[in-house]
Amino acid sequence: MTSADNLRAFKRDGRIVVVGASLAGLRAAEALRDEGFTGSLTMIGDELGEPYDRPPLSKQVLTGWVSAGDTTLPRRRDINAEWLLGVPASGLDLATNHVRLADGREIPFDRVLISTGVRARPWFVESEAALDGVFVVRTREHAEGLQRALAAGPSRVLVIGAGFTGSEIASICRERDIPVTVAELAPAPLVGALGAMIGDVAADMQRAHGVDLRCGVKVTRLEGDAQGRFRRAHFDDGSTIDADVAVVALGGIRNTEWLRDSGLAAGVWGIACDTGCRALDLNGLITDDIFVAGDVARCPNPIYEYRLISLEHWANAVEQAQVAAHNMVSGQADRWPHLSIPVFWSIQFGVNIKSVGVPTFADEVVVSQGSVSDRRFVAAYGYRGRVTAAVSFNNAKWLDHYRKLIETAAPFPPPCPTPDQPVDMKPVPVDFPGPTLLAQGATVVVTGHDPGERRVTAAQYHR
Amino acid sequence: MTTTEMPGTLRRILDYSSRADPYPLYAELRETPVARQEDGSYVVSTYRELTQLLHDPHLSSDVRNLARPMPSAEGGGTPAFINVDPPEHDRLRRMAMRHFGPPHTPGMVAGMQGDLTAIVSGLIDDFAGKEQIDIVDDFAYPFPVTVICHLLGVPREDEPRFRLWVNDIINSIDYDPKIDPKEKLENGVRARQDLREYIGGLLEQRHGRPGDDLLSRLANDDGPDGRMTDAEIVATANLLLIAGHETTVNLITNGMLTLLRHPEVLQRLRDEPGLVVPLVEELLRYEPPVHIIPWRAAYSDIAVGDTVIPKGSQIMLMLASGSRDPNRFHDPDRFDPDRRDNQHLGFGSGIHLCFGGPLARLETQIALTELVRRLDRPSLVTDPPPYRRSPVLRGPIHLNVEQGAG
Ligand SMILES: Cc1cc2nc3c(=O)[nH]c(=O)nc-3n(C[C@H](O)[C@H](O)[C@H](O)COP(=O)(O)OP(=O)(O)OC[C@H]3O[C@@H](n4cnc5c(N)ncnc54)[C@H](O)[C@@H]3O)c2cc1C
Ligand code: HEM
Repeated sequence: MTSADNLRAFKRDGRIVVVGASLAGLRAAEALRDEGFTGSLTMIGDELGEPYDRPPLSKQVLTGWVSAGDTTLPRRRDINAEWLLGVPASGLDLATNHVRLADGREIPFDRVLISTGVRARPWFVESEAALDGVFVVRTREHAEGLQRALAAGPSRVLVIGAGFTGSEIASICRERDIPVTVAELAPAPLVGALGAMIGDVAADMQRAHGVDLRCGVKVTRLEGDAQGRFRRAHFDDGSTIDADVAVVALGGIRNTEWLRDSGLAAGVWGIACDTGCRALDLNGLITDDIFVAGDVARCPNPIYEYRLISLEHWANAVEQAQVAAHNMVSGQADRWPHLSIPVFWSIQFGVNIKSVGVPTFADEVVVSQGSVSDRRFVAAYGYRGRVTAAVSFNNAKWLDHYRKLIETAAPFPPPCPTPDQPVDMKPVPVDFPGPTLLAQGATVVVTGHDPGERRVTAAQYHR
Repeated sequence: MTTTEMPGTLRRILDYSSRADPYPLYAELRETPVARQEDGSYVVSTYRELTQLLHDPHLSSDVRNLARPMPSAEGGGTPAFINVDPPEHDRLRRMAMRHFGPPHTPGMVAGMQGDLTAIVSGLIDDFAGKEQIDIVDDFAYPFPVTVICHLLGVPREDEPRFRLWVNDIINSIDYDPKIDPKEKLENGVRARQDLREYIGGLLEQRHGRPGDDLLSRLANDDGPDGRMTDAEIVATANLLLIAGHETTVNLITNGMLTLLRHPEVLQRLRDEPGLVVPLVEELLRYEPPVHIIPWRAAYSDIAVGDTVIPKGSQIMLMLASGSRDPNRFHDPDRFDPDRRDNQHLGFGSGIHLCFGGPLARLETQIALTELVRRLDRPSLVTDPPPYRRSPVLRGPIHLNVEQGAG
């Protein structure tokens, strides 16, 4: 698509296919129509039913306040699309520009948007994962099942993994007065995302709300009874715990397997793209007609040294979808870069946690406003002397200020005092367990010697 | 962006002669987004810089952080949370909000719809037989005052007494020692004392007697933050009384004035009552009741744009100018109730964002809906109408309307 005429013709009656019909896919489709795209639009999704919103699934849906069926995403406009739901895409042929469906159908396109997101990482032993009472939470059906199990009044719930989702679910259990044990391999909840200092705060918060929090332990086995009902969990220290419900909250797996033979730079870390949301191929060359948005995308961010960053954040999915849609129907000169500073929120134990920036991109952290013991504070994150992120507990109104500090590479620690300054404001090491964004393993091998021959191939998938 | 002085522009804005239309002067002001004044204070007039400052934790609402303390009408009393910084501000606001809205008292404002409509209907019924209506005296003033008195638990009969106090207090808000007579400040100080004593007297009767009004609730209810001291309750009640008096009046009046100047919008509002919601938002942008936050203090050096405002400086925030900034709002001088993405500064922004916003919105929505529904071919008697003195809380002092014309 080179000339302006071609672009006009494409906007008028081109064919766009969106694979993954959830938040990013729907918002992109709406934006495409807003942009004046009048061609054919096909939405491919493996889930049945209207696109819905996921954040409530670990919050209001589990308290019973909102039913899982009431999480349908509001429609911003009519998108006049053909919906192919209930069948997953199984391949992408870039030579002929077709999406292959698992039932054998081939869907042709001029341009495609990939927004296949993430699925829940299942319990690693299939037979144990299949026990009655063992849950993950990613879809509406998952949340509905778990809500029913919680409503039945279990004697105890075991939450495996104390990231955001696991912590939110533990919070709901306490709100419903259900005994809950949280097992986490790391030294504290939320450390993987927010580091040790906030992890300690989160641990105190959980214990203060009556959570039986066990850190530094690994669940090794889920045991069922003769009826196939989950009854007991075994830990690596030899101890056990009896419970009727186990929630496996071990993060997500990016839905990229279907792209294995596509020649795109897709892997466990997502699909690499440029800031214009165009996918990279295996060689790191930019493609023209393949776009990516949402949780499955891995996009460079200039603010973070142009590193490729994957985010599982609602707002990022929405913004990236908007940019991708715009670029799909715009000429090279009119393209937008997706440059927003990430934001994320979570609600747990009565605290509204919000972050701006990329907290894992940091070496130090300091409480810059408020009081940790009151659980009302802002912590600023710094990397080599500049502000790169901030996290607030019940203090979200200040985060716009920190966004500005991040955007302007303001010095860390923030030098000027504020009225609400903690007395002991001293930066501490941020302390993330395990590999983080700053250290990611190789996933490809390079072959060939001459510049004209050098090519990349994907390394074996393993996790 | 430089910090050159804007000789005269601010002066002219504050001068009464520009009250009817300060907007061209705001445009002039915006040529220097952060303008240092001769006296060392800073005037901020552009949307981006205003929002940035309103979210900057180095900006203080506490007079004690000014290098050159201003003469204050507070008169040494306990300040209300509008003039306090975190963490005290947050604690007091939280304790007051417990009785005013979500999460502790959700649906409180929405639940007032019926009562508000009844008050409005009663006031409009009283228009019957009048040749001219003063939208201010006959409607826009008595309505929110009745509401806030009822909410607080202040007897409506006492209103004429505290109307005078509130007037003196409002007049002293923008006291300028260089041009204003000293009585202006002294009257304000005295009025605050009188109002404090009056509210203090009501409060004494409330202790140990739980009731539904806000004073009783504040006096008796113990939330997670404990109970406010009597001085804090009095300061909070004063704040609500003043804020509930002097702002909604202007929004309703400005609303009627704007509708009468845009008859096609008035007609649309008659035909599609749902329009009132975005219309009130657009009013808060286009003709807001609060034009200026007259002072804030730089708690430490503040970088905004290319300027560093030194610690201790006084900062004047020109909210109404920010809401007309062409770099933020397309065609900003056009009244357009269909405007999208209307993040105006009418209620301020950040932690001091108006506490009464939901109430003020609902009051104004009901007031305008009923006025256009029931007035018969209304028209303005004088345009522009006479204005109140204050450049801070700006609005007509009277708005005479005739019915049945043309
Ligand atoms: C329980 C929970 C709570 C959350 N809470 C928050 C929160 O508080 N704050 C926040 O910022 N974010 C939160 N998130 C994250 C947020 O929901 C995601 O960022 C968002 O859903 C991403 O949208 P997406 O469209 O990119 O991906 P997804 O929502 O994952 O959608 C991808 C879609 O593609 C489909 N799909 C996958 N593979 C294929 C295929 N091969 N063929 C066809 N279709 C396919 C999937 O079934 C799915 O419908 C939460 C997520 C969960 C699960
Ligand atoms: C249209 C009507 C109103 C407008 C335009 C308005 C506007 C504003 C503005 C701009 C502020 C910010 C002040 C600052 O940042 O220093 C504010 C604060 C405030 N308003 Fe309003 N207001 C209105 C009605 C009300 C009503 C009806 C009430 C009470 C019921 C009220 C109570 C308050 C309070 C208590 C604050 C201080 C909040 C704080 O400091 O945290 N307001 N208002």
